[in-house]
Amino acid sequence: MTKMQNFLKGLIKENPVLVLVLGTCPTLAITSSVLNALGMGVAATAVLICSNMAVSALRNVIPDKVRIPCYIVLIAGFVTMVEMVMHAFTPALYESLGLFLSLIVVNCIILGRAEMYAAKNKVLDSAIDALGMGLGFTLALFIMSSIREILGNGSFMGIEIPLLSDNPIGILTLAPGGFFVFGCLIAIVNKISGGKTSKKLGCSGCPSAAICGKKNEEACDKKEEEN
Amino acid sequence: MDTFKTLVMILMTSVLVNNYVLSRFLGICPFLGVSKKLNQATGMGIAVIFVMLMATAVTWPIQYYLLDRFELGYMRTIVFILVIAALVQLVEIVLKKNIPSLHASLGIYLPLITTNCAVLGVTINNINDGYTFLESMVNSLGCGLGFLLAMVLFAGVRSRLEEAEPPKCFEGLPITLVSASIVSLAFFGFKGLVDGLFM
Repeated sequence: MTKMQNFLKGLIKENPVLVLVLGTCPTLAITSSVLNALGMGVAATAVLICSNMAVSALRNVIPDKVRIPCYIVLIAGFVTMVEMVMHAFTPALYESLGLFLSLIVVNCIILGRAEMYAAKNKVLDSAIDALGMGLGFTLALFIMSSIREILGNGSFMGIEIPLLSDNPIGILTLAPGGFFVFGCLIAIVNKISGGKTSKKLGCSGCPSAAICGKKNEEACDKKEEEN
Repeated sequence: MDTFKTLVMILMTSVLVNNYVLSRFLGICPFLGVSKKLNQATGMGIAVIFVMLMATAVTWPIQYYLLDRFELGYMRTIVFILVIAALVQLVEIVLKKNIPSLHASLGIYLPLITTNCAVLGVTINNINDGYTFLESMVNSLGCGLGFLLAMVLFAGVRSRLEEAEPPKCFEGLPITLVSASIVSLAFFGFKGLVDGLFM
């Protein structure tokens, strides 16, 4: 796999939100306006690049048994830095993202990439992978927030659109609209890709499966069979 | 009496009005992943209530007696996630040793809860909203109960979904999300509930 392919896979083929269905909480919560979505995307990308590089650089030092706590501490450290930077330079964005900025720590995309990619690959490759995944995340947030803001609020990035702003579909900016738009987006992606990427729910489709740890693989399989 | 009123209001708000899953979007992963069977959904919900209460009981004193005293407020995210992760591990070990029957039913859900954003979210929210210790505990209980309620309700919806035949591209996750949107719409009915509670 060339570096370019490595970068591009995160954008489309393995888009973390629309195809792998990771990081659903921030995707649903902060996409009611485009500016928030972009801010969240940039913050998460910055954390992802830093954490992927750090995990990759330390991959031979961190003992296998305690790797998950180590990754979490690394990620939490970078999240705190990003939080402080945003608090200082973009206070308005910091306020509107609020809780979800701290919750980047438990975003499955970041821990997932550390576990699945950075722990096995070189620093440069990990950084490229992180950049691709981060941009894929931002892209998905951007598409979803555009739909919700244009239709639900009649504006784009805070600028009112004539005609549409007279009859906004207010429900789209609220909680039910988030679920609905996300469901439709995934359906469209499924339609375009011919259903090849449609993921089964349950343990195999569970974003936390990577964190679950190897010891739980049996339990997971058993649960699958019961289903 | 006033304290009691506040506590009831906090509880009702967190269970029904500001339901963590359906209106604040926290803990979506387990909500979509484990809500397929009613007994699994209940197990997960109870485990989350348990961990939320434990986490609040530990993180609240840490914030006020340790971080605030030494002006280390910026360490909150790191400290809280570490404490929660360690706590979950500890609970799992203790349960395994002492109450194997409970471990058998809750055990498989516990490791998943470490990275559940609802647990970290509720502990951080308690501090941000300036709740006292008692209020924090009630708020956590409410959020956990709200999570359980959403899981159980949605497990019922999903058992019907299994038999439905949506268009091909909507099969699986998309139709689940769309039905979650309808369940979330139902919770909008509780919007004015708390204001009118003690009229």
